Amino acid sequence: MIAVDDYRRVAPPGAVDIILRLAEHVRGRRFLHVSGGRFGGGAAEILQPLVPMLSDLGIDAAWEITGGDPGFYATTTALRAALTGTERALTDEALDHYVEMNRVNGKKLNLEADLVLVHDIQPATLIEHRPGEGRWVWRCHFDASRPSRRAWAFLRPYINQYDAAVFSLPKFARRLGIPKYVIAPSIDPLSDKNRELSPREVTTILRGLGVPQDKPLLLQVGPFTPGEDPVGVVDGYRLVKKYYNVRLVLAGTGDAERESVETLAELREAAHTDPDIVILELPPDAHLQINALQRAATIVVQKSVHEGFGLGAAEAMWKGKPVVGGFAGGLPQQIVYDVTGYTVHSVEGAAFRIRHLLNNPELIARMGAAGREHVRRSFLITRHLTDYMALLIHLTR
Amino acid sequence: MSTVATATDPFRFIGCVELRQSLDQRATDERELLDRLEDVPSGSVFYHTHGYFLRHRPITTAYGNDFAAWVAVHVRDQVLAERLAVINPFEFSSLEALREELLSAVHDHLVHLSVVPRVEYGEVFHFQQSHIVEVPLGSAAATLAEFRQGLAEVDASAIYYHMVEARARLGRRSGDFAEWLRTSLGMTALAERIQRIDAYMTSLERVRARVLALVDTALEEGA
Repeated sequence: MIAVDDYRRVAPPGAVDIILRLAEHVRGRRFLHVSGGRFGGGAAEILQPLVPMLSDLGIDAAWEITGGDPGFYATTTALRAALTGTERALTDEALDHYVEMNRVNGKKLNLEADLVLVHDIQPATLIEHRPGEGRWVWRCHFDASRPSRRAWAFLRPYINQYDAAVFSLPKFARRLGIPKYVIAPSIDPLSDKNRELSPREVTTILRGLGVPQDKPLLLQVGPFTPGEDPVGVVDGYRLVKKYYNVRLVLAGTGDAERESVETLAELREAAHTDPDIVILELPPDAHLQINALQRAATIVVQKSVHEGFGLGAAEAMWKGKPVVGGFAGGLPQQIVYDVTGYTVHSVEGAAFRIRHLLNNPELIARMGAAGREHVRRSFLITRHLTDYMALLIHLTR
Repeated sequence: MSTVATATDPFRFIGCVELRQSLDQRATDERELLDRLEDVPSGSVFYHTHGYFLRHRPITTAYGNDFAAWVAVHVRDQVLAERLAVINPFEFSSLEALREELLSAVHDHLVHLSVVPRVEYGEVFHFQQSHIVEVPLGSAAATLAEFRQGLAEVDASAIYYHMVEARARLGRRSGDFAEWLRTSLGMTALAERIQRIDAYMTSLERVRARVLALVDTALEEGA
């Protein structure tokens, strides 16, 4: 198991000492996380290292997950989509079933703690079954600022029963009757997705993926969905390709949604006519492959038009890469314009900035170094841990 | 008193962690910035001005406070950005006096405009405030040499806590370093020099370096 002390070699100077000092105030306090699962991205990805770190610090940390039947999962998936603004049909019957399943979860799970952090949608209605003691906080990992009216009207009364809510950015929040704290997500620098890799490891992994390293590499990592605009990235690449002999790699996951299938088909068609466009459909746990691709990249692109926090930008900056990102979600908060990369509003803007960087290689190195330091201070798990302990102290004084 | 004096009450370094809280007020143009700035809690004025110093990193372009940064980057009104950036929060005796100065700058700027500048392609301004969680760092200093050693090693948030938070929110107008040097070691001249350090538009590490340089000089003179 990785210990908090192991982060001294990657965290900012003094950060681990602050964590150890904070821990002295909350040693033995019970800090429970409740989420919908232990695997995948979002809440689970960060809780996997975070909960053991809290325990390592002497905090009585625990992590419970809610269970349910296929109907429960279908409803929570639809509800989450509706809360992020996508049109979804939500019947009263399905919502009643979701609430009922959480009533059952509430009986099964041990929900006694000084602070209970309930992550995202699946366990959200558990608040109705809170024991007498302890503070309850809803942790929202997505952009809830433009939900469908019906979905928000359903969820809001539950959220207002919490003592507080936590959002990743102020702009992701809705008006609520409870305090709203702001805690940005983070990356784990010692995980497979972000740990150091030797050049030989990178070469071996890229060879396995069928990606040659004979020319500058442009990379976008993310789902093949319109929101990530991979088609726009291809268009931008084509504008760059007139001047620079580069290769474009689009790495990500697809899903069964019609829009995703259509996007992937369009990308495959583009790759069919240009051998320098590489489409890599990877499984969700291809962390080492993503790590190697990001390290091999010359410039990382995250040209999203609709985005959550978009931690891929922080991952790339941690590997010393400049990022050209869309002006969406959390990308403007991560990319310091003209310092660690550029935020752009169009295909042309992306192409212009990529050409600008390729034409000034010293900028690539300088922005990459600045990006790594920016992430070190603002987006590592050590900062996240500090914020959660501050929340624990503040709410359970 | 000499530089080898020993204080009966040692200086205890305290770091801090900021827990951010989002408020429901936001601004999409400079008129809304003016209106909301009038209403938000004083803690929000503090967060967006003094607090900028804790969050600001030397790699980013300096605007001095969040209001100036937003107007410059997202509204793209360089004139108001300059007028807001030049307001030094450390010069004001109270947060209400600082708020009044900020309001005057925005108001006087808008009076001369026929169209209110607004965000077109940038981000809306979200008002926030913060809760500071104090973190005693364990190290204590009874002599000037021990103070120097502790200061060189502590987390940068301790510089913020003792130089900014203590002055602006905790009512200790001299700052904790100057106050302790004056009252516990009797080093009035050094205390005044530290009190005069301009903490505006710089980084915590630079302020640390300036305090250390002044202490080093005092130690050399006393040796």
